[in-house]
Amino acid sequence: MTIDLKTVKHISKLARISTDEKKANKLANDLNSIFKFIEALNEIDTEKVEPLTSVANTKLRLREDKFEANNIRDKILKNSPDENKDYFVVPKVVE
Amino acid sequence: MAKTNQFFIEREQNKYEVVIGLEVHAQVTSASKLFSSSPTKFGAEPNTQVSLVDAAFPGMLPVINEFCVKQAIKTGIGLKAKINKNSIFDRKNYFYADLPQGYQISQYKYPIIGEGKVILDMVDGQKEIGIERLHLEQDAGKSIHDIDPTNTFVDLNRSGVALMEIVSKPDLRSPDEVNVYIKKLRSIMRYLGTCDGNMQEGSLRADVNVSVRRQGDDNFGTRCEIKNVNSIKFMQMAIIYEANRQVDLIEEGKSIDQETRLFDTKKNETRSMRSKEDAHDYRYFPDPDLLPLEISDEFISQIKDEIPELPDEKKKRFIDKFNLSSYEANILVSDIDTSKYFEEVIKNSDVKLATNWITGELFAVLNEKNLEISESPVSSNNLSKLINLIKDGTISGKIAKTIFEEMIDGDKDPQIIVDQKGLKQESDPKALEELINKVIKNNTSKVEEYKSGKEKLFGFFVGQVMKESKGKGNPQLINKILKEKLNG
Amino acid sequence: MSDITKLSLNELIQNIRNKKLSSKEITNSFIERSEKSKKLNTYVTDNFSSALEAAKIFDEKPNMDLKLPGIPIAVKDLFCTNGVRTTAGSKILNNFIPPYESTVTQSMWDEGAILLGKLNCDEFAMGSSNETSFFGNVQNPIGENLVPGGSSGGSSAALAANLTPVTIGTDTGGSIRQPASFTGTVGLKPTYGSCSRYGIVAFASSLDQAGPMSQNVKDAALLLEVISKFDNKDSTSIDFKRNKYSSQLSNNIKGLKIGIPNEYRVEGMPKEIEDLWKTGIEIIKDCGAEIVDISLPNTKYALPTYYIVAPAEASSNLARYDGVKYGFRSEGENLIDMYEKTRSKGFGEEVKRRILIGTYVLSSGYYDAYYLKAQKVRQLIKKDFDNVYNNVDAILTPSTPSSAFKIGEKTDDPVSMYLNDIFTVPVNLAGLPGISIPAGIDNKGFPLGLQIIGKPFDEQTILNIAYSMEEKINFKNNITDWWM
Repeated sequence: MTIDLKTVKHISKLARISTDEKKANKLANDLNSIFKFIEALNEIDTEKVEPLTSVANTKLRLREDKFEANNIRDKILKNSPDENKDYFVVPKVVE
Repeated sequence: MAKTNQFFIEREQNKYEVVIGLEVHAQVTSASKLFSSSPTKFGAEPNTQVSLVDAAFPGMLPVINEFCVKQAIKTGIGLKAKINKNSIFDRKNYFYADLPQGYQISQYKYPIIGEGKVILDMVDGQKEIGIERLHLEQDAGKSIHDIDPTNTFVDLNRSGVALMEIVSKPDLRSPDEVNVYIKKLRSIMRYLGTCDGNMQEGSLRADVNVSVRRQGDDNFGTRCEIKNVNSIKFMQMAIIYEANRQVDLIEEGKSIDQETRLFDTKKNETRSMRSKEDAHDYRYFPDPDLLPLEISDEFISQIKDEIPELPDEKKKRFIDKFNLSSYEANILVSDIDTSKYFEEVIKNSDVKLATNWITGELFAVLNEKNLEISESPVSSNNLSKLINLIKDGTISGKIAKTIFEEMIDGDKDPQIIVDQKGLKQESDPKALEELINKVIKNNTSKVEEYKSGKEKLFGFFVGQVMKESKGKGNPQLINKILKEKLNG
Repeated sequence: MSDITKLSLNELIQNIRNKKLSSKEITNSFIERSEKSKKLNTYVTDNFSSALEAAKIFDEKPNMDLKLPGIPIAVKDLFCTNGVRTTAGSKILNNFIPPYESTVTQSMWDEGAILLGKLNCDEFAMGSSNETSFFGNVQNPIGENLVPGGSSGGSSAALAANLTPVTIGTDTGGSIRQPASFTGTVGLKPTYGSCSRYGIVAFASSLDQAGPMSQNVKDAALLLEVISKFDNKDSTSIDFKRNKYSSQLSNNIKGLKIGIPNEYRVEGMPKEIEDLWKTGIEIIKDCGAEIVDISLPNTKYALPTYYIVAPAEASSNLARYDGVKYGFRSEGENLIDMYEKTRSKGFGEEVKRRILIGTYVLSSGYYDAYYLKAQKVRQLIKKDFDNVYNNVDAILTPSTPSSAFKIGEKTDDPVSMYLNDIFTVPVNLAGLPGISIPAGIDNKGFPLGLQIIGKPFDEQTILNIAYSMEEKINFKNNITDWWM
């Protein structure tokens, strides 16, 4: 299978990465060569194989329901591109 | 409480049935968030309950809150649902300003709770609504659009708070059923202590799936999902608007697009929320930062031991043990605080009187003052005292009402009011006889009329005696003595 | 002391403990040499003045019971360091100063180590040559215009050039072992779940592991002992009984069974790699261990599997870099425009490529064919290892299919770049420990490494095997300080 320009544009949109025509063309080329290489997997029959999601052979640990009441707003907002002291700020969102 | 199941949308030729399914988002009652140790308290200053995990700083990792898992299982038990011993947390990927990770941790293919049911009491009998599933997920933050004209402000206090998404089967058929269903769900969760059900604070919201079909059709129509509606009233309004919109499209021979819509509460209409070009593809996959959630039998049985008596069982007990009507029992069990209040009152006083006083006088006052029963101006203890004063004949029902009105102001002890104001009922036959003699003496012509057959006048005499006793005369005794005197 | 910077970690500690050297002297020496080595471009951010300050404080009240007493160490710039800029080699984190410390680095500071600086790496650890870094190429001290490997290329180069006595890297598909192999140093990727991932900028969560890089095996054992710790803050951290890797280090590997996987004899593998492997086998035999031929039949599917799993996880892990909370933002007309501009300007080409691969394999209609399929093949690959571990104690393979290549040689061909990790990737997919040790040179004189793969949680055995082999190989890196 091949990945066409339309698909590249669609997944770019999903990933919120803008692309122009030139870039999209190059990406389509790159992705096609990578997927050609990935398609080797089609050879194997995995019908009866359980997918492996984690190699950490352990149980999910559960944390006690205790809260830490330290307000770290200043720390949290310090790296934000906007200088508001109370909020993160983004361009106006219209729903 | 009891509402009819019948709801159709009628057009000239056709009658349409409305099919509704709800995805209720209930905030889990817990001290800390689902995957971080930030507090969950409502109403804090913006961004003061945000940890590095909640704000998705690089390298931050989720660690699951045991209590939230327990709360979900408890709710599952309350919904008589299947508890899945293995469930998986997935990432739901999408970009939004108030979604700091760029994904929401949720459960997709393998939820913690499977199929269950909720029983609704409607006027025409009980109706069972199927529960498809319940899963745990993170809440997003809050985008605030009205502080600044050109920017949206983001508050992450809610980000990461645990939610239970409770998905019903498309079993609901009317706005009234939706009303009863939400209230029942809320009631069950409040009994269990798993969600406070506070809709004003957003603890309970729902996505409403609506489709319509011609009466008698077996197949479902194309559904639209109305996102994030936060009151029962709005849900009902949205359903009515949306169902009519869909019916109109069908009547015009047009097709319905399966889409997500938003309910505009100001205009009372739903509108398309996301254009098709920007169709969402959430790219769910198991969160590699977490492992499958395994729940042991011991854990479940330990939780089962903590399950209190739930509304359905309590109702049955009230009917069987106290001989209450189904209607009365429903009212008393529908909210956990009402049932608690009731059970406290009847510890030391008469059940029948307690039922009448709570559903009558007390509810009237709460309604008038717009108070919850947990904020009742009359404590259960004092109401119980008042009922006992009636029961032992110390006061009449009528006096009790006067006393009750005084009790409201500062939860006064009825006994003290009785003592202070001398409202104790006059039950001494000799004293009453004196009053009666006086009334007979002062109304000789009326007595003649009565004796010649105008028996309606009896009430007049009772009233006169009552007046003489300043309302304190024991009505039963007055009746008895008066009858003897007049007929004798 | 003639050249402090040439001393191994263990030698430095010895000198500090018997007061022949102070932390300040040591720290100063590494700083001076680092200052003279700017051409290698190993540091993204230095911490020299704070390090000197910390060394002085250590010397005033030295605690010699600590495992890394007063030792300055530079770390890969993927570890978040409290108050010190952390970039992950990306423009999108160019100005990011974490208000927290990764668990792994904290463990080092708790044992007396001092942060010397943050080392260059491939952007978000995506690369095998350190050429994807926003902060530019790193020179391999082995020779001019040679890549140092990647993604922990700044770490391997700084280590080989004696700019830091040891370092730590992260390894998602070979990012510790491959650069170690390219620079004639030792690199160990621990069992998945050994070292906490808390505070490490994530690439692919189910594969990422931090690990030690050092001049010799003994140093690696000591550093592993410090950083391998159970951590409640990482749900995938595993609470197993960890060895005292350095004090339990032994060169006695008699009777161990070492597997030689047939499938690692890949097509087109240079003869000198084949020869190196043979030499390794002989050395193992010399040490009294037994060689067993084994088969890992699904090996050839490892790279394709990896290039589905890793980008899929990365596409989601990197969604948080959106210009809202921290890092670079490119202003836009609206929210979506801001996202798109920020992410297309903030990420480099390779990172974007992988985000798109990941987005694609998870997208509706392709999930089953790619992502789910890869998870199933991953299971098969892991089972291959489980099976052979019934018969062998460890596995010996080459670390890489070639020695260090020229800067720019493979940048236009992503697939040939990916093939670099052919021997290292299966280890990550199966979550196993693996160590690369320098074992010889090719005809150009560039170092080549051998990889020893262990059973889960059995770092001690691969360290012991590496330690025994190291003694016999007696490899000496030929570094001429050409950049000075």
